[in-house]
Amino acid sequence: MNEIIETGQFSEKVFKIVVSAPRIAKSRKPGHFIVLRTDENGERIPLTIADADVKQGTITLVVQKAGVSTTKLCNMKPGDKIADLVGPLGKATKIKKVGTILACGGGVGIAPLLPIVEGFKKVGNRVISVLAGRSKDLIILEDQIKKWSDEVVVMTDDGSYGHKGVVTVGAEEIIKREEINECIVIGPTVMMKFTALLTKKYNIPTQASLNTVMVDGTGMCGACRVSVGGKTRFTCIDGPEFDAHQVDFDELILRLGGYKEEEKRAYNAYLENQNK
Amino acid sequence: MEDRIERRDQEWRKELRLKTKGRERTAIQRAEMPMMDPLERVHYQDREVNIGLDLNTAGQEATRCMDCVNPECVTGCPVNIDIPSFIKNIERGEILKAAGVLRETSALPAVCGRVCPQEKQCEAHCFYLNKLKKPAVAIGYLERFAADYEREHGVAEVPEIKKNGIKVAVIGSGPSSLSFAGSMIKKGYDVTVFEALHEIGGVLKYGIPEFRLPNNIVNSELENLKKLGVKFEKDFLVGRTSSFEDLKEEGYKGFFVASGAGLPSFMHIPGENFNGIMSSNEYLTRVNLMNAAKDEFDTPVFKGKRVVVVGGGNTAMDSVRTSKRLGADKSMIVYRRSMNEMPARLEEVKHAQDEGIEFNTLTNPVEYFADEKGHVSRVRVQKMELGKADASGRRRPVPIEGSEYDIDTDMVVVAVGVSPNPLVPSVLPNLKVSKRGTIEVNEETMQSSIPELFAGGDIVRGGATVILAMGDGRRAANGMDQYLTEKYGK
Ligand SMILES: Cc1cc2nc3c(=O)[nH]c(=O)nc-3n(C[C@H](O)[C@H](O)[C@H](O)COP(=O)(O)OP(=O)(O)OC[C@H]3O[C@@H](n4cnc5c(N)ncnc54)[C@H](O)[C@@H]3O)c2cc1C
Ligand code: FES
Repeated sequence: MNEIIETGQFSEKVFKIVVSAPRIAKSRKPGHFIVLRTDENGERIPLTIADADVKQGTITLVVQKAGVSTTKLCNMKPGDKIADLVGPLGKATKIKKVGTILACGGGVGIAPLLPIVEGFKKVGNRVISVLAGRSKDLIILEDQIKKWSDEVVVMTDDGSYGHKGVVTVGAEEIIKREEINECIVIGPTVMMKFTALLTKKYNIPTQASLNTVMVDGTGMCGACRVSVGGKTRFTCIDGPEFDAHQVDFDELILRLGGYKEEEKRAYNAYLENQNK
Repeated sequence: MEDRIERRDQEWRKELRLKTKGRERTAIQRAEMPMMDPLERVHYQDREVNIGLDLNTAGQEATRCMDCVNPECVTGCPVNIDIPSFIKNIERGEILKAAGVLRETSALPAVCGRVCPQEKQCEAHCFYLNKLKKPAVAIGYLERFAADYEREHGVAEVPEIKKNGIKVAVIGSGPSSLSFAGSMIKKGYDVTVFEALHEIGGVLKYGIPEFRLPNNIVNSELENLKKLGVKFEKDFLVGRTSSFEDLKEEGYKGFFVASGAGLPSFMHIPGENFNGIMSSNEYLTRVNLMNAAKDEFDTPVFKGKRVVVVGGGNTAMDSVRTSKRLGADKSMIVYRRSMNEMPARLEEVKHAQDEGIEFNTLTNPVEYFADEKGHVSRVRVQKMELGKADASGRRRPVPIEGSEYDIDTDMVVVAVGVSPNPLVPSVLPNLKVSKRGTIEVNEETMQSSIPELFAGGDIVRGGATVILAMGDGRRAANGMDQYLTEKYGK
């Protein structure tokens, strides 16, 4: 259990990690996440499950190197063992037939979007996906998303691939073109905030999958709390998906910055140690 | 009951009673707990404050006990430990026998000796206190002494157990579960404990700090259980990692749910989500479970300089004293009632005072303010006065209009209570729960509305105590044993 079976790399900073976790592979549904601790001294970090193979008993994680923990994880090799892995956590995505779905994914957010897109397609929805990233190599899993989408639009900030512009530009064109019944958005918090503002303008029900600071991931600490419709909710047990029009994204952005200084210090210390 | 009376009539007990005159016994002063100096101990998160009695002092303290005909202390103990019997064994120097008496009723005496609110339980009923108006016999110190002595000197015997092969699952690994697992393994069951976190022990590990309950105490109990054959599966959230149905398919016939009251409450006042404001569970988990205060661990934690902790329970005391140990210049309690109503153990309040913790009682936060980065900088509080008694029997605090003032702070810990973990009830629609979200059980057998599911500890009682959680575990073991025996035979 918890053994890394396979690793891969999408871009300089984005890695794929396939881990043996038979029970989680069997129980997980789109939208679920796990919490892991790479080693005895590691912190507990949440990661969305991008894919699972019940027969092989594995789950797939897509990880962006950002701080100490994700760097440690991305540096692990097949055969290595992750000290602790628990899941599936959170509420699964409510997948049903609604008509046309607009699925927006940004950066590594495209990975957790994949099983959701697949789910919506399989129950008979028309699915249009908009994938966005800063540049070409940050657009991941395009082929897999294509497999479960009726149409895929790619947006890059620098125009190095697909259309030039941010996600909302691509999304708005589609919204103007045809009737969208529901939108789902996963990506950087700022991107989700603006997507929510856009779909609100057009009155399209929208779910956002939030990424917050977490500790236990089981509802015990409240580190993951967010304001949704003026009420405090815990992302790990009440979410991670919430009605995007009700989420206080500005507060969330502030809270995500809460441990910035501590994290930067830890990361620098880690790099220094590595170079010794 | 019978047992206790018979034991009191044993020859050695009679002789011991006669050996020392009552007047000599009552002339002995209550033992003082040796402890680390407050100025020194505030630098160490993981050094225990209380050092423990030595053999001599313990013997002396045990001599104070009058071995009453009707020992009221026993009625004050939530699990009715035969207190005089263990104390008299200490008096005659049979410490391992004393520990044996404790073990008959308590799975974790070394823990209870440290964390039970003795001043409200056994010691509150002591003859010394009530009849002589003198300090009670230090039952808690003696319990701790006997249990520690056993751990350090005893050879834990592994009894011959006749296995019955029936698989039972225990959900959660706090004191209730550990007590249940210990009882069931001795009855011959095949016991597996499932824990969601990466450490076994529940609140004993993630909540109560090491300066009050060192991890090695809990670990040694876990080792004992492992030796008896109890299996532990960490990182396993029952209801998510596998469903109850999955576990049934794997052959589990009985389930004991002791998933605790882990959900932290907030006050829902303006500004509560600013950075630097967290629940006591978050703060203590970061420090105790994740070792965040140590450099070689990755988890970060705020090290506030002017720390405000809201609440008056054990969690509040643990948090405020932790903040002092992590380097705060000023650590403050803000509590809406007065010192008299504080639910925390008396000893912890005393220790906190000795460590220089500031107590702002009859004071309640109403709003938080933050700096430009969204980090808390000030808390507005309001003075309170005590009105009529409420349902809990404590006088209800009433705000005094116009009494608001601000306290500068850079970190706030909210320790105003917890509610039951909702996961298990949420995945079992047939399970009867109360309005508060606690699992409803038959008080004698701890059986729930689902016949093969038993429950105990905080998930049944709401935030309660270690000793009650343990007592539930033991009762549930008897209840489940009876149920499974009737169903599957011996
Ligand atoms: C900081 C603090 C200080 C305290 N101090 C004292 C004190 O001095 N004296 C005293 O008597 N009491 C004290 N208490 C209260 C006492 O700790 C609790 O009453 C007691 O631990 C309850 O035990 P329990 O077995 O019911 O559950 P817990 O100890 O809460 O353990 C429950 C465990 O179940 C796990 N779990 C939950 N759901 C699942 C699931 N679905 N699958 C697997 N695992 C699951 C949780 O992760 C947790 O580890 C304190 C509590 C806290 C928080
Ligand atoms: S991560 Fe601790 S409550 Fe959600």
